[in-house]
Amino acid sequence: FYLTPPQVNSILKANEYSFKVPEFDGKNVSSVLGFDSNQLPANAPIEDRRSAATCLQTRGMLLGVFDGHAGCACAQAVSERLFYYIAVSLLPHETLLEIENAVESGRALLPILQWHKHPNDYFSKEASKLYFNSLRTYWQELIDLNSGETTDVKEALINAFKRLDNDISLEAQVGDPNSFLNYLVLRVAFSGATACVAHVDGVDLHIANTGDSRAMLGVQEEDGSWSAVNLSYDHNAQNEHEVERVKMEHPKSEEKSLVKQDRLLGLLMPFRAFGDVKFKWSIELQKRVVESGPDQLNENEYTKFIPPNYHTPPYLTAEPEVIYHKLRPQDKFLVLATDGLWETMHRQDVARIVGEYLTGVHHQQPIAVGGYKVTLGQMHGLLTERRARISSVFEDQNAATHLIRHAVGNNEFGTVDHERLSKMLSLPEELARMYRDDMTIIVVQFNSHVIGACQNEE
Amino acid sequence: AARMFLRLLSDVRWWAVNSKWRGGTCSRRKSSSTAEPPPAALPAQAQVVICGGGIMGTSVAYHLSKMGWKDVVLLEQGRLAAGTTRFCAGIVSAARHMSIELKMAHYSNKLYQQLEQETGVNTGYVKTGSISLAQTQDRLISLKRVVASLRAMGIPCEIITPKQVAQLHPLVNIHDLVGAMYVPEDALVSSANVSLALATAASRNGVQIHERTSVSHVSVQKGRVTGVETDRGQIQCQYFVNCAGQWAYELGHSGEEPVHIPLHACEHFYLLTHPLNEPLASNLPTIIDPDGRIYVRNWQGGILSGGFEKNPKPLFTEGRNQLEIQNLQEDWDHFEPLLSALLRRMPNLEALQIMQLVNCPESFTPDMRCIMGESPTVQGYFVLAGMNSAGISYGGGAGKYLAEWMVNGYPTENVWPLDLKRFGTLQSSRTFLRHRVMEVMPLMCDLKVPRWDFQTGRQLRTSPLYDRLDAQGARWMEKHGFERVKYFVPPGKDLLDLDQSKTFYKPDWFDIVGSEVKCCKEAVCVIDMSSFTKFEISSTGDQALESLQYLFSNDLDVPVGHVVHTGMLNEKGGYENDCSIARLSKRSFFMISPTDQQVHCWAWLKNRLPDDSSLTMEDVTWKYTALNLIGPRAVDVLSELSYAPMTAEHFPSLFCKEMSVGYANGIRVMSITHTGEPGFVLYIPIEYALHVYNEVMNMGQKYGIRNAGYYALRSLRIEKFFAFWGQDLDAFTTPMECGREFQVKLEKGMQFVGQEALLEQKQNGVYKRFTMFILEDHDTDTDLWPWWGEPIFRNGRYVGKTTSSAYSYTLERHVCLGFVHHFDEKTGEELVVTTDFINQGEYEIDIAGQRFQAKAKLYPFSSLFTQRRRKDELELSGYQRE
Repeated sequence: FYLTPPQVNSILKANEYSFKVPEFDGKNVSSVLGFDSNQLPANAPIEDRRSAATCLQTRGMLLGVFDGHAGCACAQAVSERLFYYIAVSLLPHETLLEIENAVESGRALLPILQWHKHPNDYFSKEASKLYFNSLRTYWQELIDLNSGETTDVKEALINAFKRLDNDISLEAQVGDPNSFLNYLVLRVAFSGATACVAHVDGVDLHIANTGDSRAMLGVQEEDGSWSAVNLSYDHNAQNEHEVERVKMEHPKSEEKSLVKQDRLLGLLMPFRAFGDVKFKWSIELQKRVVESGPDQLNENEYTKFIPPNYHTPPYLTAEPEVIYHKLRPQDKFLVLATDGLWETMHRQDVARIVGEYLTGVHHQQPIAVGGYKVTLGQMHGLLTERRARISSVFEDQNAATHLIRHAVGNNEFGTVDHERLSKMLSLPEELARMYRDDMTIIVVQFNSHVIGACQNEE
Repeated sequence: AARMFLRLLSDVRWWAVNSKWRGGTCSRRKSSSTAEPPPAALPAQAQVVICGGGIMGTSVAYHLSKMGWKDVVLLEQGRLAAGTTRFCAGIVSAARHMSIELKMAHYSNKLYQQLEQETGVNTGYVKTGSISLAQTQDRLISLKRVVASLRAMGIPCEIITPKQVAQLHPLVNIHDLVGAMYVPEDALVSSANVSLALATAASRNGVQIHERTSVSHVSVQKGRVTGVETDRGQIQCQYFVNCAGQWAYELGHSGEEPVHIPLHACEHFYLLTHPLNEPLASNLPTIIDPDGRIYVRNWQGGILSGGFEKNPKPLFTEGRNQLEIQNLQEDWDHFEPLLSALLRRMPNLEALQIMQLVNCPESFTPDMRCIMGESPTVQGYFVLAGMNSAGISYGGGAGKYLAEWMVNGYPTENVWPLDLKRFGTLQSSRTFLRHRVMEVMPLMCDLKVPRWDFQTGRQLRTSPLYDRLDAQGARWMEKHGFERVKYFVPPGKDLLDLDQSKTFYKPDWFDIVGSEVKCCKEAVCVIDMSSFTKFEISSTGDQALESLQYLFSNDLDVPVGHVVHTGMLNEKGGYENDCSIARLSKRSFFMISPTDQQVHCWAWLKNRLPDDSSLTMEDVTWKYTALNLIGPRAVDVLSELSYAPMTAEHFPSLFCKEMSVGYANGIRVMSITHTGEPGFVLYIPIEYALHVYNEVMNMGQKYGIRNAGYYALRSLRIEKFFAFWGQDLDAFTTPMECGREFQVKLEKGMQFVGQEALLEQKQNGVYKRFTMFILEDHDTDTDLWPWWGEPIFRNGRYVGKTTSSAYSYTLERHVCLGFVHHFDEKTGEELVVTTDFINQGEYEIDIAGQRFQAKAKLYPFSSLFTQRRRKDELELSGYQRE
């Protein structure tokens, strides 16, 4: 049984989303042209999340992918909340005061973020009040702390990540009188999520990464070819520095048990994550919370299970590693993706496929007859062949979809094999996860003219 | 290879003549290697400055100098004939759909043929003939229509079989052809050399030509051209001619007073090959394969083949000079569909070696017709541009007409379809042009079917009722940017989609329009006619009346509240406009003209009304929504809505009154319908439009009111023998020639424009006569429908062409309107057309080669309605027993 090409397309395109930055937004010319995003589930339900928003009170745009594990609760919460924490961290003192005064006097709030969401990207209505209160506490503290210094983006990102993770942990410890919410905050805290977030403001690009999702810059070389530049480091066992860091944070006695089978404590693939209180709380705290928690939590073997060799928590942090990159005209696009993509594709191929897709047929090396002897028949054959190659590009209106098509359907020659694509997509739910992981991709396209102009101004 | 080609086209011999008007001071060979010698100084003044040294500019210069205007300066930004002209394919073909285009092409062909002899410049003229192929029956019909009009012009041509095609051109694959059109006198030329020959002749006649001189802008004072600024100084002049081709739009906008010339360039590709093993003969006919979107001509023993793809690439000219346009990139991937079509048509060419793919931008216009004439805003500013890739075919004729226009005040032919004034500023938006030309260029090869509407650049001007009407099933067409309803599709009824509805036969809306017409005849219909051009002219004293009495042929000194149908005539008595004028008060008049008169009529009046501050003219088109209530029950609807008696005693025909309709006051009601049917037109200030429309529809319900569109209106007016300006009437038609003597008051006590010409006609008779034809043996269901432009035959001899046609649902016959001439049987000289001449003939109308008997009538049926009713009653009484 095979899926027909239209069926394949409807599966691939179900979650695709595109946003084009309006050419004149009334304020600034944006260095971002727009972005395409998409996700393909392997788990049911999918545990990946994605977010994108424009900061309204400061400049810049935020984009992020979140890879959940042990359920999707944590990834969902982080996808809803993290950008607010970042935006608030970036706000100047006066704006924070203004917002606080507005809340205090019941006036309308200044909007902080403009979200760019696919209809399937939902926000939890029930928890919004709880989340808001935590956020408000955060900005009240920021107001009190008023350092008078201008906000450094890197610092803001780190603070926001750490603060959100802290709030997730606290909310779970405090609990909520509403039983639904109580269970929700516990699920959030006991599940985990990695996060890879980009903040773009003019030529300033910051990537904050926690975990094993990845950010990659697509660069067009002078000869037109494409190359990839990593803008994040994976926090997993393959990263020597990470292994080093974890070992430094714990006594020498634990050295052997810290990383087993390339996993943290032999259990967890990412070495940094949100949530996952099982790797952060003391055993006593874990036991107390689980026992006083609802029955569902108590009956869950996973939550009750204490990791082996658990002596000196915390073993896990949500603190991101932040990389700054100053955009150049040759930096054409940014790919943020969960490990589902990077497991199947080399970043060099990702750069080439997206680069060729975005520049389209026009940048396919034009044919020139020049001094060669070419007959009409030969030329015709050549052109028909070129057209066939291009037509697969035109199937997709979304760079992320195009990338997923390649990631899932590529054969050994690097071209999409429909049969393979169809097979992979028609796997039953219980088998899908064995052949592929959830995949979430955001492709951000930069405006080289704007970036070039910014450069020249300096 | 590229360089070689360029040298081939710009013939070396040119330099022999070049030096004559340069005083032998300069030669290109030298200039490329050594420093440029100083160019000849520009004159300080000239009568005419022409900008653009392509085929258009040189043709205008040539014809002006022939007609005796020798104080002419031609300026070229780069080299002569080095823009589009240099690269164009050089096919001179008379196979055109429009009569004026056909005439221009025919003249061009004759001109080019003798040009080498006249000038000594080798033009490369070869009479090859052309073959237009038909892959479908519809295409063949289209070609047959062209054949009919070419033959009427005396141009030899015929429909041939696929086998005959193979005999004329051995390379053509004929297996998918149903027929073809052969025009044996079509020719090939080297277009650059034709242009250089014209320049040579012009310079011998005294025209000064300056290359490497770009015009930066045109100076205007008091609405007149006074001179041009160039990068090499200033020239004072009385006339300026913009022949800047694809730069014409930009140049038009560069002046202090912008002149809107709506055209936009698109890239156009053609292929050149090396010679075949057995080189092709230079007289091998040119092949045009519109269904494959390509043309193929012989070129230096090989072929030259290009086409008009479905996905054109529009091109900005801003900031690009001639040289950059010359060096545009080849795009093989873009050319692929055309190459496929070429190899399908001529499979034996597979092994032929490619020389080059040429990218040669062409300019296109919003309606696929070229642009000529004088600017409506700047006097003395003339334009000739936007050739839609037929520049070499039109060049000679278009240059001649424009020269005549400048010298004599108007060309010898009606060029309204090409007149710059058919456009307004609204067609000048870059976005509009860009979108529209992307639709126009593919149309070059699309089937030309009746009643075709452009799909791009729509919903620009709309009535306030647009959404209401649209929701009720309105289908729209566009005139001068204004959306007008064609007809209303009743709920639950589906029409064919756009492509499938293209037909030369009975259209799918036949019954829909039929029921709208029936409702107009028996009850009442409402048609939104807001697009009509509306002017108000008023003065403090009698100036308005006096001026209008002079400019219009009918007597406008009528009691207040009367409406007068009148022509706005030129000196020759021809219709510049046909309008209805209501006298609102002693000193103010309200004038209604056709939609596309908005620019022309305004310019005509502006230039002729006295420069008097007490006399004001205002374009109020946008201020009023016009609802036309047609039908016998219109009177009931209106009187109920206004509580005023509307019967003929109180509100006679051709009357105008301000009254209230529903809650709205100040509605201008006129008892005219533009159809000859009873009814009223309501001119409603736009803010009341929705209210009045709702009131009319609610009140009308009990009288069976319904919406109707322009197709119903057309059918009604044509069966009533109503001529429409722009379709039947033009600047070469006088009231005497279309039975409208009653709209002319030769003795109104004062002079008026055109009076002398009309008096002379009255005395000596007319040379053509507007006639109504009722098709006798035409089967509406199965025969081809008439459109317009069909030849009329009297006793087997060609006497003229139709100008419009419609199916009359009342007569249940097709009605064609057209002009009958009387050509002397031996000399072909035009003779006076008398009533007897019309009445005593046996007539036939030629529709795509098939002739249908037609009955000629000089006057409309006295009352179609009563006639029809009698017939209905008879039928009813016959069926009553059932």
